[in-house]
Amino acid sequence: MKETTLEQEIALLKGLAISDKKSVEAIYSQNYNLIQALVVNNNGTIDDAKDIFQESMMILYDKARLGSFELNCQIRTYLYSVARRLWLKKLNKKGHHIADFDDTNETQIVTDDDVTEHEQKEAEFEMMHSAINALGEPCKSLLGAFYFRNKSMQEIADIFGYTNAENAKTQKYKCLMRLKKIFFSQYKKPDQ
Amino acid sequence: MDEQRNDITLLDAVERYITGNMNPDERLHFENLRKENSDVDQMVVEHTLFLQKMNWFHQWNKFQTALNEVHNNLSAQGRIKAAAPKGGKVLYMFNRFKKTAVIAASIAGITALIVSSIIGSVTPKTPVTQLEILKRDINNLAQKSRKQDMEIHNLKQGSSTTEDPEIPYTNSGTGFIIDGKGYLVTNFHVVEKAQNIAVQNIAGKEFFANLVYADAATDIAILKIDDPDFKALPGTPYSFTKKPTDLAEPIFTLGYPKNDEIVYGQGYLSSKTGYNGDTLSCQIDINAERGNSGSPVLNNNGEVIGILNAKQKDANGVAFAIQSRNIFNALNELKKKTDVDSTLKTIRLNTKTTLAGLRGPQQVKRIEDYIYMVKVN
Repeated sequence: MKETTLEQEIALLKGLAISDKKSVEAIYSQNYNLIQALVVNNNGTIDDAKDIFQESMMILYDKARLGSFELNCQIRTYLYSVARRLWLKKLNKKGHHIADFDDTNETQIVTDDDVTEHEQKEAEFEMMHSAINALGEPCKSLLGAFYFRNKSMQEIADIFGYTNAENAKTQKYKCLMRLKKIFFSQYKKPDQ
Repeated sequence: MDEQRNDITLLDAVERYITGNMNPDERLHFENLRKENSDVDQMVVEHTLFLQKMNWFHQWNKFQTALNEVHNNLSAQGRIKAAAPKGGKVLYMFNRFKKTAVIAASIAGITALIVSSIIGSVTPKTPVTQLEILKRDINNLAQKSRKQDMEIHNLKQGSSTTEDPEIPYTNSGTGFIIDGKGYLVTNFHVVEKAQNIAVQNIAGKEFFANLVYADAATDIAILKIDDPDFKALPGTPYSFTKKPTDLAEPIFTLGYPKNDEIVYGQGYLSSKTGYNGDTLSCQIDINAERGNSGSPVLNNNGEVIGILNAKQKDANGVAFAIQSRNIFNALNELKKKTDVDSTLKTIRLNTKTTLAGLRGPQQVKRIEDYIYMVKVN
């Protein structure tokens, strides 16, 4: 039995949610050229196109991961609509005249909320990024080893050269407190 | 020091609680502590949020790396067309011609650098040098953007430069439905010297069409779709008006200046007469490109006021349209002939637009199914 398009797309989204390489590749190769054409035809460079497409992929990824994506349109339509919105915003920021925006005949859906939500997340992402960078070494690597690579305190003591796990734990605590302080000093809740 | 030790123990407990690494007894104990002590409760809430943000940051970072990897792989395999041109000169070429590069890319897909003779497209009535007919000559274009073609071609691995006999149509323009039974109007110069005509709708479906009327003087041609796959359309959403349009009235057009992609253009009526005072046509200010020939020119009410047919070579944005009354005249002439298809006699141009009051995008959605690419060889 042949899979229907809908089933295929649901399978791709499931794969995307766990960053399955095959699914990411499939979605990427099926949609990249379309979005590149959109950006390049509207005063963008190939690099702009790559940025816009990857940002759209991030939005789709977040939706897929949170399971909040109801497939009421094709992946292609969703990506195109998001990319179009993102690029229009970017052009606007650059002060470009966008009255003659050159659209294709792609179907579009409204994605304003998703894009706005994404911008909020992106701002937080940048905050976390700069906070982690401001930490410096060895804190950065130490926290990364514990939180991202799930190393035990004993392993961390061995890697970083602490005499025992207890000392490593103290260091981890100090690093984490510093990170939280830097992060929350920039962070404001969206509804404030 | 003891205070810090306590803090560390507490944070450790909070983390184990959040990540679900507590045994049931410990968990129960901790939950009671949360209820009694609002500071601990707050700490759990805040730390949960923070861990979420960190985790999410990590996921994003990882995914972004994965995306870049996929991008580079697909690009190297030629499965996406994202290879950036190397060097400043090529980049310049690319930027300068980026509009046509997209067309060139799709041409490069089917053919590889066929350079045949350039077909001169000359309107019968006007000086050759001044007016540029908007018929898109694919070979001409391919030659003009040879450099990108080469570039794109070089990026395609292993394809040969030999002539591909499969390219069927060499010229294209635009046409639009005047009657749902399959009658379209386009420019004479689009279908001039045509051996075969095909029209393609927005969905990319191609139908064969026959020429039923052609007049070089007005540059009008009427086609009839003659294809069993074609299903008659409901009456046109737009209407046709004989009334002259006012100067500065906003107008728009829909056509196929690019390969397979419908393009919207906006402008205004700038003169009631055409090139050198030609009374059959009018002058509009719009960005027209090759392939726009035969596109309808509509006012904001959705009334067709003309057919786009040429642009002035030395003035950017200046284009000309054949006034709609010429379509009425053409049909009347056609109906007088005795040997024509009986359905032709029943053609009535819609004179009551259904698009008045709609916003631009809604109008376009209603119209786009009635605009066809006209391909000839």
